[in-house]
Amino acid sequence: MSTVQHNMSLTGEPPKTLNTVQKIATIIGMFGLAILLLASFNVTFPNKAVWLSISLLSITGGIILFARGAYANELEGIKNHGVWFKSVSSRGFLAWITGIALTGFYIVLYFYAEYLGLNANGENTGVISLFDPLSRLLNGNPASQWFVYGTLYTIAIFAFGIKFIWKYRHNRYERIRTMSVMFFQTAFAFLIPEFMARLNTSEAYNLPYYDLKSVWPLNYYLFDGYSLDGLLSSGNLGLYMLLFGVASIFIITPILTYKYGKRWYCSWVCGCGGLAETAGDPFRHLSDKSMFAWKVERWVVHSVLVFAVVMTTALVSTYLGNDSNAYWLTKDVFLIGAGVFLTLIFAGIWFFKRDALKKDARYGAVGYFVIIIALLGIHYGSGNSNIFIFEAAVLRQWYGFLIGAIFSGVIGTGFYPIFGSRVWCRFGCPMAAILGLQQRLFSRFRITTNGGQCISCGNCSTYCEMGIDVRAYAQKGENIVRASCVGCGICSAVCPRGVLKLENGPMESRIDSNQVLLGNDVDLIALVNKK
Amino acid sequence: MEHIVIIGNGISGVTAARHIRKLSDKRITIISAETEHFFSRTALMYIYMGHMKYEHTKPYEDWFWEKNKIELKRAYVNEVMHEEKQLLLEDGAKISYDKLIIAVGSKSNKFGWPGQDLDGVQGLYSYQDLETLEQYAPNKKVCKRAVIVGGGLIGIELAEMLHTRGIPVTFLVRESSFWNGILPNGESEMINRHIKNHHIDLRLGVNLKEILADENGRARAVVVAETAEEIPCDLVGLTAGVSPNVDFLKGSGIELGRGVKVNRYLETNVPDVYAIGDCAEQREAIGKRRTIEAVWYTGRMMGETIAQTICGNRIQYNPGNWFNSAKFFDIEYQTYGWVNSNEQLPDYEEHFHWIHEDDTKCLTIATHKETGKFLGINTFGIRMRHEVFDTWLTDDRGTDYVVQYLALANFDPEFYRSFESQVLEAYTNQTINA
Ligand SMILES: Cc1cc2nc3c(=O)[nH]c(=O)nc-3n(C[C@H](O)[C@H](O)[C@H](O)COP(=O)(O)OP(=O)(O)OC[C@H]3O[C@@H](n4cnc5c(N)ncnc54)[C@H](O)[C@@H]3O)c2cc1C
Ligand code: SF4
Ligand code: SF4
Repeated sequence: MSTVQHNMSLTGEPPKTLNTVQKIATIIGMFGLAILLLASFNVTFPNKAVWLSISLLSITGGIILFARGAYANELEGIKNHGVWFKSVSSRGFLAWITGIALTGFYIVLYFYAEYLGLNANGENTGVISLFDPLSRLLNGNPASQWFVYGTLYTIAIFAFGIKFIWKYRHNRYERIRTMSVMFFQTAFAFLIPEFMARLNTSEAYNLPYYDLKSVWPLNYYLFDGYSLDGLLSSGNLGLYMLLFGVASIFIITPILTYKYGKRWYCSWVCGCGGLAETAGDPFRHLSDKSMFAWKVERWVVHSVLVFAVVMTTALVSTYLGNDSNAYWLTKDVFLIGAGVFLTLIFAGIWFFKRDALKKDARYGAVGYFVIIIALLGIHYGSGNSNIFIFEAAVLRQWYGFLIGAIFSGVIGTGFYPIFGSRVWCRFGCPMAAILGLQQRLFSRFRITTNGGQCISCGNCSTYCEMGIDVRAYAQKGENIVRASCVGCGICSAVCPRGVLKLENGPMESRIDSNQVLLGNDVDLIALVNKK
Repeated sequence: MEHIVIIGNGISGVTAARHIRKLSDKRITIISAETEHFFSRTALMYIYMGHMKYEHTKPYEDWFWEKNKIELKRAYVNEVMHEEKQLLLEDGAKISYDKLIIAVGSKSNKFGWPGQDLDGVQGLYSYQDLETLEQYAPNKKVCKRAVIVGGGLIGIELAEMLHTRGIPVTFLVRESSFWNGILPNGESEMINRHIKNHHIDLRLGVNLKEILADENGRARAVVVAETAEEIPCDLVGLTAGVSPNVDFLKGSGIELGRGVKVNRYLETNVPDVYAIGDCAEQREAIGKRRTIEAVWYTGRMMGETIAQTICGNRIQYNPGNWFNSAKFFDIEYQTYGWVNSNEQLPDYEEHFHWIHEDDTKCLTIATHKETGKFLGINTFGIRMRHEVFDTWLTDDRGTDYVVQYLALANFDPEFYRSFESQVLEAYTNQTINA
């Protein structure tokens, strides 16, 4: 012991990063990507439908074969071997290359779609034109950059979903959850909206793209003027869809979140979550677990929520304001209604749940509430056509740019290999903020800690994609009830001692904080736990 | 202000410090040689396997200690001079204490095998062991084969670790079946098969004779006692158990047995000197427990207890119902109460054993023959709820009751297939047959 070495750098070596099957798989997948890349550089392919199929099939096949190479010969179980040694999953060279490539892709996609070959006034060129045949097949129109993105997104969730299922094949919760995510992405986010677009060929319909599972405020464009116009001018179907959208916010979401926690959405249904859980899975351990990150998270994500609420209120009231006789709901009624609603929610939380909120959360809540009410007041008092201090459209533009594009796309997904897979969900998603508040205050969901069995190993915290320090609770014997937990179940899966269980149960004593853990003399437990 | 000095920053020492801090504002210093900060020893394997980095194994962020006014000193204690109430550190410095807690943990056993101190021969206990492992067994090119001697919990962890780097492993186990001094036969045999499924060369019922050196004083092969077979290898892992790390206390006047002798209050023979964790040896066994308990949970519990005593509420170390857990490659193991191995089976104890057809799940329930009282359960591949078994044990439930309500104790993730009905059926059938 006297020859203690002070060198703390253990540099492990993975056995062999890729085996033969995985190498072949990589070549196949890269071949598929290469076709897309060539198309982007305006190489014209003779038969687009055939080449597109070849490309998409090799990408999908490559990923699935890769998964086979990785897991088929391993016995089932948690095999995070070498995760922190491999360049791509430990912020090494490959990770940065991947991150930069993804980020670049998002920038082009959001801001320079013409480089992908988008041509609104004529024939598409480039990679977008390669997708024309598929787009025509599904919705009857030429492709847009969003169609290309949607297709690739769906393929990613599908193929990496299969990889994920293979990896966690011993875990039925993970299998079922992933199938659910794959289904909702393919059916709800991809196919149904494309088919609905076909309806628009008839005069009676003017439906906007609407992914029914995407709930406001994640789906912040639901209340855009064009979207409302579209829905309201598409007969009963459009109206039902709008009503469903509103019901999702005020009825469906609260009920499901009460019963199952926010996981029903974030890791079972949502597309952003879906991508994070599948394609993002190799990066989940990169999330920041520090107390500092948690503080930043709380402020940022709730600020985005406030931004979203203010922006949407402004948009809807402008929409109503444009033609005050068109609807029974006038701008004034709407604004008063929104103010009353927010006040009721706030008062309810304050009255019933104040003790459950941390001190800075209380300051924050009061602050935000004052701001919202003040903004409403300013507008209502000023009475001019300007909404709040900014024009609603300007707010909407900034929101779309900052939150919709930069945060959720460029940073949220582009930086998967650097910051981990759920940066957007954790710091940026206003939907997650709402669900999180409810999960923390009014839900049956919790992660139960198994008495005194925790050995503080840290696997749970390391693999929590939301950066929750799960161990901090488990080693105290305290249940985990955190706003940000998306219920992915991975902490429970990687725990080598069977300490964690996601469950729904009664609200009473959902959080039991123990000073002394089970396993001790009962008298000591009683003595120390009494406060 | 009273100065509490703790030697050892493992789970027991750190728990003591935390709880003393909660109860008082005494000055607290933790002296430890191994690492700057407390880390989880149980997670050593995951660092080598690449699941985690060292920093992930630290249960508290680095700011925690200063914020809670717990002073940390990285140093090796050469001597305890209890008459002066001082510690002599390796660099010659001295530290005074008012109360001393010895929480120095264990060291790997070596049984005097020829060649046991060669390069490339090591145990797996400390962070430094991990560093030498990284040196001698970084990959399968440098380490063409490893031999592990000693079939316990650490041995199987080491086998799994090396296996993840593709290093072929020969596993020498003295017992006729893996860990069957502790596990009933049905379970032990299932684990044998599981080890072999991972392509580990498991040799049962064999002993190490000696370790052979090459010309550089590095291990090159081991010789098996029973067969005289020579197995060439580049690494020898000695994992035949651990024992208290108390050599530095010899001659200090603090009474030692195998560990530091303590009474039920965790007090040593010297006033104001206490010992907790792996290194403490009870003068008399508590219930069916061993006098030295080298497990995580007991270290923690002793830390919780000693904090009370030090802060003026002198209480006995009085652990509740026994429990423990481990993982054998992919199979999790939990135990509540006492289930003895076939070798150690007391007259009054009988077993009900159920094994799933996939050969990765099984359980054994121990019952008192005369009274039908439930004595304990081992489960493999099925998670159980600690709280429920703790209550059942405390309430002296019968095994009939336990099997009937087994589903209440299930702790597997949602949607997992459950086996309680199968277990109940097997149990009922055997009861009728018997
Ligand atoms: C690989 C491995 C896996 C394990 N897995 C499990 C498990 O799954 N479940 C379980 O229950 N238990 C497990 N254990 C056992 C468990 O880790 C120990 O029981 C526990 O860590 C003991 O804690 P402790 O505080 O008593 O001592 P330690 O953690 O050993 O801490 C003692 C510290 O004191 C330092 N020290 C010693 N002498 C001196 C000195 N003279 N001066 C200064 N510092 C000194 C040592 O360097 C060490 O850092 C495992 C052990 C190992 C090695
Ligand atoms: S706490 Fe567990 S279930 Fe929740 S997000 Fe983190 S890993 Fe997933
Ligand atoms: S809960 Fe499980 S994974 Fe987390 S620290 Fe405890 S034993 Fe490790």
